[in-house]
Amino acid sequence: MANKRQDKIRNFCIIAHIDHGKSTLADRLLEKTGALTEREMDEQVLDNMDIEKERGITIKARAVRMIHKGQDGEEYILNLIDTPGHVDFNYEVSRSIAACEGAVLVVDASQGIEAQTLANVYLALDHDLELLPVINKVDLPSARPDEIAKEIEDVIGIEADSAPRISAKNGLNIEDVLEKIIEVIPPPNGDEKAPLRALIFDSYYDTYKGVVAYVRLMEGSVKIGDSLKMMHTGKEFTVTELGYLTPGGQIQSDKLLAGEVGFICGGIKNVRDCRVGDTITHADNPAAEPLPGYKKAVPMVFCGIYPADGSKYGDLRDALEKLQLNDASLLFEPETSNALGFGFRCGFLGLLHMEIIQERLEREYNLDIVTTAPSVIYKIAKTNGEVIELDNPTNMPEPGEIEHMEEPIVKATIMTPTEFVGNIMELCQERRGIYLGMEYIEAERVILTYEIPLNEIIYDFFDALKSRTRGYASLDYEIIGYREAKLVKLDIRLNNEVVDALSFIVHADKAYARGRKMAEKLKETIPRQMFEIPIQACIGSKVIARETVKAYRKDVLAKCYGGDISRKKKLLEKQKEGKKRMRQVGSVEIPQEAFMSVLKLDT
Amino acid sequence: MLPPVYIERIFNTIHRFYNIEANCEASIETNPGTLSAPKLKLYRNVGINRLSIGLQACQDSLLEKLGRIHTFNDFLNALNLARRFGFDNINADIIFGIPGQSVKDWKETVRIVAEAGLTHISCYSLMIEEGTVFGDLKEKGLIQEMDDELDREMYHYAINYFANTGYEQYEISNFAKPHYQCIHNMNYWERGEYIGAGAGAHSLIKSRRYANVSDILKYIDGIQAKKPVLEEDTLLSLEEAIAERMILGLRLSKGVDLKKVSDEFGVDVGMKYKKSLDTLLKKGLIKFDGKVVKLSEKGVDLANSVFVEFI
Repeated sequence: MANKRQDKIRNFCIIAHIDHGKSTLADRLLEKTGALTEREMDEQVLDNMDIEKERGITIKARAVRMIHKGQDGEEYILNLIDTPGHVDFNYEVSRSIAACEGAVLVVDASQGIEAQTLANVYLALDHDLELLPVINKVDLPSARPDEIAKEIEDVIGIEADSAPRISAKNGLNIEDVLEKIIEVIPPPNGDEKAPLRALIFDSYYDTYKGVVAYVRLMEGSVKIGDSLKMMHTGKEFTVTELGYLTPGGQIQSDKLLAGEVGFICGGIKNVRDCRVGDTITHADNPAAEPLPGYKKAVPMVFCGIYPADGSKYGDLRDALEKLQLNDASLLFEPETSNALGFGFRCGFLGLLHMEIIQERLEREYNLDIVTTAPSVIYKIAKTNGEVIELDNPTNMPEPGEIEHMEEPIVKATIMTPTEFVGNIMELCQERRGIYLGMEYIEAERVILTYEIPLNEIIYDFFDALKSRTRGYASLDYEIIGYREAKLVKLDIRLNNEVVDALSFIVHADKAYARGRKMAEKLKETIPRQMFEIPIQACIGSKVIARETVKAYRKDVLAKCYGGDISRKKKLLEKQKEGKKRMRQVGSVEIPQEAFMSVLKLDT
Repeated sequence: MLPPVYIERIFNTIHRFYNIEANCEASIETNPGTLSAPKLKLYRNVGINRLSIGLQACQDSLLEKLGRIHTFNDFLNALNLARRFGFDNINADIIFGIPGQSVKDWKETVRIVAEAGLTHISCYSLMIEEGTVFGDLKEKGLIQEMDDELDREMYHYAINYFANTGYEQYEISNFAKPHYQCIHNMNYWERGEYIGAGAGAHSLIKSRRYANVSDILKYIDGIQAKKPVLEEDTLLSLEEAIAERMILGLRLSKGVDLKKVSDEFGVDVGMKYKKSLDTLLKKGLIKFDGKVVKLSEKGVDLANSVFVEFI
């Protein structure tokens, strides 16, 4: 049972689909509780990375403490724990959820429940969270709150008749939400005299403090000077600083007690020692068991990242190291490609994670990078009985050495208006999907479930889904295991030499079509050179598609007299600059774009 | 066009301040549509001894496409008139690669100019540049550049035809009867110094390249204030000067004498460009006998790929 102190605490998160108003609602709650004045408020304070703001998604979870004076006259501490809103960060979401007793479920009054929302709702229900449904954007002309309330009841099975109907944007009925949080969401409990068990739900690296761990104390207490231990990684440290976060900044405190949410610093140098999901306990009086649910984040998608300018290799390594300080799930190790020179093989949680890292390298570190086609991890059983995991097509064994191969399979949940069902089924079929079922949420909307190989999703499935459903369908997926498949390595030969950075693994039945498309695309991107360049797509020594880039015959400025020497020189300099941006592979010069353009063959 | 009276004043001024060699080449660019007896007479009188006529093509339909005001007949008349006034050193400019130009048109043009008894022929591949009539049409997708194969077929046809009719190709786009190479242009390609006078004119003096402002009113203001207004003024490094020397010199059929260039700049150019020369030789783009570097036949077609190696 919660004690008197804990009675006045509510720990909750907000679950919502992208664009359904999670951040806006968070802002209104902070504003209403006086944590933030309008003037101080930068729009959407919880999302504090640029990329997050631009994409309207939250990548890293944070927690904010608010004080709300309830209608009963009592002051309550409301801890809002933010959750990442994307499938790649599912595990992080689950840890944030595990730190709460309840969740505010925000549903758009026009659009209804979406796939990601539902996935997170299930996560919340798995963790026995109390759900508080809130219907947002009721001010829009297309709003149909009553139908949506019914949908919530039908699909999720919770009472939604009394759900606050709000407009986060206009600040309508926000007070209602606060009252409901106190009413519906239970206070935390947990014995503050018991051995310490604090769940890490987020961490980041600070240049001055070292790693800052965001924790929810399940049991026990912690104060400055305590010797602590990570129960999974075994790392020990002494608390130098603790407190909690308010929108105005961090507030120092001398202790944290069971039921509370806050941060702990102890001069930890590496986020790898402070993993999300780990349990912190006292070094000299440890808890018997860590909290359940810890998983080491496993990268699922891999690709090569190379500096466009070979001399920037060191800069790229430094940038990756810095990013890794804050991102324990980012993996990288040096690799060499005959086409791209020195670079790194990088592992990501998923496609979005990969895109975010690529964008941050370019934007925050000002690097020009070339990336190779993404790959998943394949399991290969070799004829000699050995089983290997493969994340780089270049390292694929000879066909004769392979007994069989397995690929990761996901269960994909797609929510869509019924009019697009045909298009989606076609898409999933093209991507080797196995139909599992279709369920009506309401008359005009369904949930489709498919089993699809992950390597069919990592190319451009999102883009294809969006374009074939005019952006109306939403997708969620989870890995369900490995399955045997007839896979082959497709190589591209330019002027009879294999370009390793263009190799990829594909299902045998799709190799022909894919090889043809790649050859065609490369023909468009590779400029004419002094000799004819055959482009061949091959499986082993078998050529399955062929194109030719004709030789150029003319590259000469007809006129050059006294008046235009400077201008002609500039033209030549430009030509030279263009040449520098090309990658020399054997005798062929390949523009950087060629490596990227073949990633998106469907668009 | 500058009225003839100004030409007279310019030449008088030059003669007043400089000693001019007796048989110094003095060239003027002319338009076949506007050349007249009085002009020719005046040119002759001030000492002009070489005419360059912008013929471009012998087909009126192509001339119209190029936006020229003259016809092929105007050219024939201008040529006769020039000869009557004693001009025997005459150049004609012709262009291939004009959208709509057939190989037959081109062969006809080549044959006509070769038979016209000219001393010099400039033969250019049309470059479609932004901001020109063709540039606009290209942007709208209404025309496209002639494809490489056809362009080269025309070029090589001209080279052969002129060689067989007594013209020597001495630069990528220039052909001359023996002893009639254009001295003025040779100076550019051998990277000699020159002074350009007038609005927009370019000069090279020692390692300084500069250009007068193109706007004629600004130019006049500058001259009157004794503070010439320049729109370009660059002091070239030794590195840049050598690169220019190579790039310009390689346009010439006789090539570049590395020993001569090394002496000129006090740098062993053969060593400096050893790697580039090896690569180019291997690609078959140059001929090199250890002393003189020349573009190969293929190198002439792909001259830019050679030039960039020196930049």
